[in-house]
Amino acid sequence: MINAGDTAFVLVSSALVMFMTPGLALFYGGMVRTKNVLATIMQSLTIIGLVTVIWVLWGYSLSFGPDVGGVVGNLSWFGLMDVGLSPSPNYASTIPHQAFMIFQGMFAIITPALITGAFAERMKFSTLLVFIALWSTLVYSPLAHWVWGSGGWLANLGALDFAGGTVVHISSGASALAAVLIISKRKGYGKEQFIPHNLPMTLTGTAILWFGWFGFNAGSALGSNGLAAAAFVNTHVAAATASLGWMFAEWIHHGKPTTLGAASGAVAGLVAITPAAGFVSPVSALIIGGLAGVLCYGAVMAKAKLGYDDSLDVVGIHGVGGTWGALATGLFASTVVNADGANGLFFGNPGQLWIQFLSVIVTCLFTFTMTLAILKVLDLIMGLKVSEEEEIRGLDVTQHSEAGYSF
Amino acid sequence: MRKIEAIIKPFKLDEVKEGLMEIDVKGMTVTEVKGFGRQKGHTEIYRGAEYRVDFVPKIKLEVVVPAELVAKVVEVIEQRAKTGQIGDGKIFVSSLEEVVRIRTGEKGKEAI
Repeated sequence: MINAGDTAFVLVSSALVMFMTPGLALFYGGMVRTKNVLATIMQSLTIIGLVTVIWVLWGYSLSFGPDVGGVVGNLSWFGLMDVGLSPSPNYASTIPHQAFMIFQGMFAIITPALITGAFAERMKFSTLLVFIALWSTLVYSPLAHWVWGSGGWLANLGALDFAGGTVVHISSGASALAAVLIISKRKGYGKEQFIPHNLPMTLTGTAILWFGWFGFNAGSALGSNGLAAAAFVNTHVAAATASLGWMFAEWIHHGKPTTLGAASGAVAGLVAITPAAGFVSPVSALIIGGLAGVLCYGAVMAKAKLGYDDSLDVVGIHGVGGTWGALATGLFASTVVNADGANGLFFGNPGQLWIQFLSVIVTCLFTFTMTLAILKVLDLIMGLKVSEEEEIRGLDVTQHSEAGYSF
Repeated sequence: MRKIEAIIKPFKLDEVKEGLMEIDVKGMTVTEVKGFGRQKGHTEIYRGAEYRVDFVPKIKLEVVVPAELVAKVVEVIEQRAKTGQIGDGKIFVSSLEEVVRIRTGEKGKEAI
């Protein structure tokens, strides 16, 4: 039975989540150097187009279509066949099936876009397109099926993931780690200065991400109800404390509170609360967010010591923040908040933490290995990185024949 | 004729310009430049990574005057650009061979 309020809410939430990817483009775009701003934005922009096509043709079917052994959906919903305007029997019983499909599609779009921050300023555009098509098909769709698909094996295990901590953030973080291990560092890494060229652009992107995340998390209630309100509140609370957490950590450690720190912290908090949003109380969200800010700041610090060129800290923020969020769900989840969820360690159920841990490990191993394999093959066939000369001239001119600014 | 080049703090430009106009300096050229002397640069921090920024933004002011006006010009720049803090800049004076006004072809002092 279609409910008007639920349908309106999920459609608006879908639009909010869609808006996050252009927001991400600005968030990333401001952090690169002037010569790469368009190429960085273009990667997210193109992913909106490319993944939408894949999603409609086979991505949705592989993710949510009729189950094959708990591992993947079959292709019987190819081209959205049988995905109509009445509710699906398996998902979101109060909204049109197509509303659920497009809401999920926006998640499928932003996830690979997150990875692009890891190899910013050096990836070949043509290879990026092939990588995204393969990643979306071979990594995202199966994983989404395991966690959210009807019959998916991780869901059957009892792993809690409200809005995509594993599917979106751990998967993009682990894939980013694989990517920076294969794609060599930017020329001059560690010697030259890679100073963000436009932090106001990054801060604009942060604002859009924070705004869109209400659709991401509250929308994941798939109904206009109390659970949506709980997720909405938790989302905001965690972003707030994480922003403060990162800012103070940096202030104490480096002597100055920075805008990029406050913005990065907010995003880290949004990442961390994603799996927990519909399962924890606001006070738990305060703690999850605050610790996320400090933890992710520490992770970004560690990167410099390890020497990985994860250009825009996808591993440090999405990988570490997502992992913390998934484990925190196993600590703070409470059936008082959500009767369909489970209790975590702090509410007398230590087993949940183990299940969460297992889902983190499985997600990391699967996405890391698959990404490594895809990129290895593409490196042999197409090459991953632009030539040294192109890198020096910048990707805007060499990949797109445009310049972001004419002074 | 002399050319006076002064490197000064950007926010002092207006005061220096007004001072020079008061003593009847007819024109000047101003350029935004970067450099360092004893002041050195500063540190910027992005996601915890510290970057040394060695070159500090400054203004380079160029004025050409008859030799007899040099002492006065140098005095005005020195007074007006001074904050007493490190990084106030420097004044360079050099002699100048020739000046030509392009529109009329006048040369030497007449062309200043």
